[in-house]
Amino acid sequence: MGDNAILKRRRRELIVGAVLLIVLAVLPLPIESVYLRGLIVLTLLYAGLSQGWNILGGYCGQISLGHALYFGIGAYSSTILYVTLGIPPTLGMFVGGALAALAALLVGWPCFRLSGHYYAIATLVISQMFLLLASNWNFINASMGITIPFRTQSWLDLEFRTAILPFHYVMLAYVAVVWIIAWFIEGSRWGFYWRAVKDDAAAASSLGVRIFSSKMAAAAISGAVTGVGGALYAQYIAFIDPDSVLGLSLSVLIALPAVVGGVGTLWGPLIGAAVLIPVQQLSASWLGGSGDGADLMIYGALIVVLALARPQGLVSLFGIRSQAGGAVVDRA
Amino acid sequence: MTASLIIQVVLGGLLMGFVYALVAAGLSLIFGLMNVVNFAHGELLMLAMYGTFVIHENLGLDPLLQIPLIVVVMFGIGVAIYRLLIARALDVRFNTGMVQIFVTFGLSIFLVGAAQLTFGSDFRSINNGFLSNQTFTLGPVILPMSQVLAGVVCLLAFGVLAFISRTEFGRALEATREDRDAVALIGIDRDRVFSIGWGIGAAAVGVAGVMLASFYYISPTVGDNFALIAYVTVALGGFGSLLGALIAGLLVGVVEALTALFIDPSLKQIGIFAIYVLVLMFRPNGLLGRL
Amino acid sequence: MPEPILQLRNVSKSFGGVAANVDVSFDVARGEILGLIGPNGAGKSSLFNSISGAVAPDRGEILLEGRRISGVGAVACTQSGIGRTFQVVRSFDSMTVLENVMVGAFARLRGSHEAMAKARAMLEFCGLEARMDRPAYMLTPPEKRRLEIARALATQPKLLLLDEMLTGLTPTEAQGGVQLIRDVRAQGVTIIMVEHVMEVLLPLIDRAVVLHLGRKLTEGSPAEVVRNPDVIRAYLGDHYAAV
Repeated sequence: MGDNAILKRRRRELIVGAVLLIVLAVLPLPIESVYLRGLIVLTLLYAGLSQGWNILGGYCGQISLGHALYFGIGAYSSTILYVTLGIPPTLGMFVGGALAALAALLVGWPCFRLSGHYYAIATLVISQMFLLLASNWNFINASMGITIPFRTQSWLDLEFRTAILPFHYVMLAYVAVVWIIAWFIEGSRWGFYWRAVKDDAAAASSLGVRIFSSKMAAAAISGAVTGVGGALYAQYIAFIDPDSVLGLSLSVLIALPAVVGGVGTLWGPLIGAAVLIPVQQLSASWLGGSGDGADLMIYGALIVVLALARPQGLVSLFGIRSQAGGAVVDRA
Repeated sequence: MTASLIIQVVLGGLLMGFVYALVAAGLSLIFGLMNVVNFAHGELLMLAMYGTFVIHENLGLDPLLQIPLIVVVMFGIGVAIYRLLIARALDVRFNTGMVQIFVTFGLSIFLVGAAQLTFGSDFRSINNGFLSNQTFTLGPVILPMSQVLAGVVCLLAFGVLAFISRTEFGRALEATREDRDAVALIGIDRDRVFSIGWGIGAAAVGVAGVMLASFYYISPTVGDNFALIAYVTVALGGFGSLLGALIAGLLVGVVEALTALFIDPSLKQIGIFAIYVLVLMFRPNGLLGRL
Repeated sequence: MPEPILQLRNVSKSFGGVAANVDVSFDVARGEILGLIGPNGAGKSSLFNSISGAVAPDRGEILLEGRRISGVGAVACTQSGIGRTFQVVRSFDSMTVLENVMVGAFARLRGSHEAMAKARAMLEFCGLEARMDRPAYMLTPPEKRRLEIARALATQPKLLLLDEMLTGLTPTEAQGGVQLIRDVRAQGVTIIMVEHVMEVLLPLIDRAVVLHLGRKLTEGSPAEVVRNPDVIRAYLGDHYAAV
């Protein structure tokens, strides 16, 4: 029995991933612009967040428009633990991730029996509900937000004064870990089950797939990863408030790179983030400064065009296996 | 906290409820028709509100008189959105559900940006309309005339929608909803039915927008809030059910008003959200829904 | 018969007021190929759905090796050893042929490598190994049917339900299908087949159960059943040509 396409592809993915990691590790070194370095940090963060979203939305097929909820839980948990109890965010982020996973399970439990659009709306409404609650909850300082004071430079506390480079490596580690998790899952029993459920739930259950519990597993992992991302973001920006960590536009921005890049694929969220985040950030800086809206028009139009022109995602441009095809090159 | 205050608040909530019901009806129509959630629905409302504002400022036409004009324009916009964007989204070979969601999302972001570019982010309002300062008195209850009229007009528009649903076109809509491929066999042009469906849905929300413009503030993001309420209303009433949208709209309006009164104005939506979660848990199809 | 592998006892099922199965009882012997036949609307697919756990019967019970499996759900039925194929082939179109079968293999195996090995073995058994890396949607109709069988076999079933596996095939394709089914039975799997193509079915099966309007009409050897006047009458409305 020779090697088959699956094994070859998986090996190739690991090699490409390793190369990409090295490239990204050295990328910021020659760049001096603080702005550009910050842009790359954000791109990496959203790549990781979207990869996490992809686990539930892309592989499992449940389009969530409320992932900001998990991001916000991660951000607030880690921040509050740090600011009030001095617990370092390197630990706090796991607490945030665990709480976010729990929230994802609680949301999934009633919502997974809803189909497609109804599920999307439910996640949207639920996260908006928590945005409203958070904006009025004095324990977390309501809509005034929490500022993270700078104490001492430390990797444990993820505090680096004004240096951006360390955060580059933090975010790079984040997206690398999320990517590895996705790679593992893709080849695992769960990965197969999720894709089967997404393709044909009835056929899947006739083959022994427990639909509900596999969706809950996807939700928990996705939520946890998003929560950790939120905690890291909080340390990076050093200020969080309900609008910035629980808002709808954040939920959309978490989902978009995967959608645009290619849902249910390993590279989709990365490619999507690399395209979308710079466009969105740059147009916001150049055009949106005075709130004149042109940046939103570009951003919105780009989403529409990409969604219609490349519904299977940008990965298909690279001849990479996309959701819609098998192991062979798919240029549909 | 007098009884008449509570009655006034409840009545005000009911009136707003008719507006919510109409907005939800437009959404539900499109939804029930082709299983597409229009995430740009709030922005259609916003467009209608701005349109009303602009026409009022430049031509002096009172909002109430603009209704026919706005209905026609919004109908056209709805058809255009369907033909240019949604029809393409429906024909996509892969990930159709997702493409539909994000195409309408992208559209909503685009429209907000366009409004911001054209009008700026400042709040606008129509202050010197025909009805701006009149009130309606019923015993101890005093309500702004513009809100009363908004409720009445929206209820009437709702009646028109109900009427349409009973006509032959309404039944064609229903048939296309049930099986969009099979209807071609009996001579129903799917694209034409869908276009008109979108047109009607947009026109419905347009009427709501015209009436809202006469007393509500207007801004590029005003649609977001109403869209959220519309999603909850449609989910509560049941997707695809007009009667459900009406009952749910009224319920939402009253609950919102009472929550604002008894709990806190800035938390007024909490009551609606709570109901939504309850419905989600115990009746996911909504009160009158047919999934 | 010695301890039957499957027993149906007074199974009844209605959908929205329409009775699909009424009081159906019969046994299936271990290792036999049983044909479930009857004109359209006889309730064959509905019975399959009850046996495979996709639906729960309203009344009566179904026992697999003496244990009740009616009403436990599709997943539990698969775990207990029931595999099925569908009338309209339902392949996982975003996956390759091999990946499709692996989904089935994961029913019994945890690790990906074991599942992959099992899947390859099943594909080889069904003659699809050469197509294993092709996207599933690219297979020809007879190949898709083999895929369905391979996938169901990967769950290591004791009982396999085949829903119109041989319908719409050319004579050569049908013969290939028949041979595969015989090979499956030779592995020790009991088979129940719903089929309309009588010329191909009757030589293949050991026994037949005939359904008509939701009830069991008769059962027996293919020769007996075909000569039964009630059976012939039931089929006359279906333009059945006597074999």
